Amino acid sequence: MNLKVLLFGISKELIGATSIVFSVSSNTTILEFKTQLKKQYPQVTEINSYAIAVNESYASNETVLKENDIIAIIPPVSGG
Amino acid sequence: MSNTSIKITSEKLNLDKCYEFVTDDSCGGIVAFVGTVRNSTQKKEVIQLEFSTYQTMAIKEMQYIAEVALKKFSIKKIAIHHAEGMLQIGDIPVIIVVSAPHRKAAFEACEFAIDTLKETVPIWKKEHFSDGEVWVNAHP
Repeated sequence: MNLKVLLFGISKELIGATSIVFSVSSNTTILEFKTQLKKQYPQVTEINSYAIAVNESYASNETVLKENDIIAIIPPVSGG
Repeated sequence: MSNTSIKITSEKLNLDKCYEFVTDDSCGGIVAFVGTVRNSTQKKEVIQLEFSTYQTMAIKEMQYIAEVALKKFSIKKIAIHHAEGMLQIGDIPVIIVVSAPHRKAAFEACEFAIDTLKETVPIWKKEHFSDGEVWVNAHP
């Protein structure tokens, strides 16, 4: 399945887009997604660390991705 | 009537509006935190700060912080407003205002809200220097 991945802050600059379409097999977990992302976009390792949000909520490594999920890469936040 | 006012805007933040929102006859005090853009970081001169947000998620997270604050502390109302876009030295990126019957709860809730916002809300700050720019907290 193809999932939309939103990019913000430094991840937007490293990948050079505000969003990408990423292809994963069904039942992919966030942890597996991160590994595949790193393979396809090695530049993400330049970020200190990052969290993943699914449908606008923080997701854990065990979260399983579903069709039509909107993923977001959340680099370390620095608001305020 | 809502006890929370949550906002992200590219317009100038308005302390008076936050103050008016939290005003309540049952309250004996109002605490406000106003964040301002500082002119230096680690001895380097900052020229301007750029804030970008994942707006829909940031609003949800700010709303969540406000609701947790209302449950956790004996406060009446809370406003959390954040700016986005390019800000100059002295501009205001964030305002948090809390009203409560007694001052201690208002101070505690205000500190809790700004501390949590800085940890969880998907907002990113880029510092612009005379010789370059850097996303805050992004690199090891």
